Amino acid sequence: MSDPIIKFDKVVKRFGDLTVLDALDFEVMRGEKVSIIGPSGSGKSTVLRILMTLEGIDGGLVTVGGEPLWHEPGPDGLRPASEAHLRKMRAQLGMVFQQFNLFPHMTVLRNITEAPVKVLGLSKADAKLRAEELLERVGLADQAQKYPHQLSGGQQQRVGIARALAMRPSILLFDEPTSALDPELVGEVLNVIGQLAEEHDLTMLLVTHEMRFAREISDRVCFFDQGQIREEGTPEELFSDPNEDRTREFLKAVLD
Amino acid sequence: MQWTDYISPLMQGAWVTVQLTVFSTILGAVLAFVFGIGKLSSNWAFRAISVAYIEVFRGTSLLVQLFWLYFALPLAGTAMGIDLRLPPVLAGVLALGLNIGAYGAEVVRGAIAAVHQDQHEAARALNFSARQTLWGIVIPQAIPEMMPSFGNLAVQNLKDTALVSLISLGDLTFRAEQIRNFTQDSTTIYSMLLVMYFGMALVLTAIMRGLERYATRWRTARS
Repeated sequence: MSDPIIKFDKVVKRFGDLTVLDALDFEVMRGEKVSIIGPSGSGKSTVLRILMTLEGIDGGLVTVGGEPLWHEPGPDGLRPASEAHLRKMRAQLGMVFQQFNLFPHMTVLRNITEAPVKVLGLSKADAKLRAEELLERVGLADQAQKYPHQLSGGQQQRVGIARALAMRPSILLFDEPTSALDPELVGEVLNVIGQLAEEHDLTMLLVTHEMRFAREISDRVCFFDQGQIREEGTPEELFSDPNEDRTREFLKAVLD
Repeated sequence: MQWTDYISPLMQGAWVTVQLTVFSTILGAVLAFVFGIGKLSSNWAFRAISVAYIEVFRGTSLLVQLFWLYFALPLAGTAMGIDLRLPPVLAGVLALGLNIGAYGAEVVRGAIAAVHQDQHEAARALNFSARQTLWGIVIPQAIPEMMPSFGNLAVQNLKDTALVSLISLGDLTFRAEQIRNFTQDSTTIYSMLLVMYFGMALVLTAIMRGLERYATRWRTARS
């Protein structure tokens, strides 16, 4: 663990008059599992969406793997990133969405093989092998030929995880992966994420409302409030003995 | 002459109508995709051309477009020293295709724009290029939305082919007019004409339904 794999340096993000990230400083080490908690509108998801290049930034610098994400070197210092630069950077990242965002017109298998074949240039046979291995891992080996609408929400989200993993990202972003699920289906998805957390090399960033789960799997928990990290620490520190009143209020509200 | 004597010449005309419908619908579908996608393009020139095409062909009468291509274009060509005389079939297919393509382009544009933002984000997260996203993710989901409107447009196009009789193309309506001028048997001939167009429209509707079922088969898959 030397340099951070993800670094936010005084990052500002605005939506119109609303400042979502207010000079945010934030670092994640390689292989670290970090959970982000906080009230809605605190900018938690925005952090993931900026990393996945779904949202740009209005100030500051984001680096991934030591390289600027939204900037690239130009003749006079850094300039805004081109699509080619973003494409190169994106290869390190994968994302699991709250609403799964599976491709409804493709079978489960094709949802997982499509990007490895078209983007990474894998042969169809290799991509299929990789997909079958992943489906086995998320417990859906027998569902490969179904379409997403034939699966339960929990199954769909597990396909979403397999789809992201098929690209072999070094950083995996989870944007409230269980928030759209019926309560009885949350467990199966958390089980899969929990297994991934055992992997030493994979860096994981998890935005969640599942406090118990965040506590179990995280190396570090960050409490976001009003576009900044109000407090961070090991799960024990943050959940058992928070320093800030805002953290205590939030935890009391969600845990009761 | 009996009504059965009309069948043979009418069938010849019907065959021309079928050909006109097929070729102009295919041309129209191609134009609809090109300019429907063009209207959403980030390239301003492509977007401007698409908007101009769509507005011009929706905003003028098909009959005038047909006359312009068949009668006015050759004269404009003569003035410029180029031979722009079109055979009637080509003028008919072009006018019908250009016209239906303009309406189709709006259908294509609307269906593409209706694909949810979530799908674009998932495609971006998986690092698909813009082209791969459009053709692999967005358009396959947009096509089922287009099909009912495309069905209507195809039938509309079939009925519009009757206009080409006015540039002396021997379609179904043209043959009927010929026989009527000869026999004055208006009731029988026009009744037969109605039935024949209706029959062709039924077949066309069935074909479009089949295409729609094919394009939406992923939606109806059962476990």
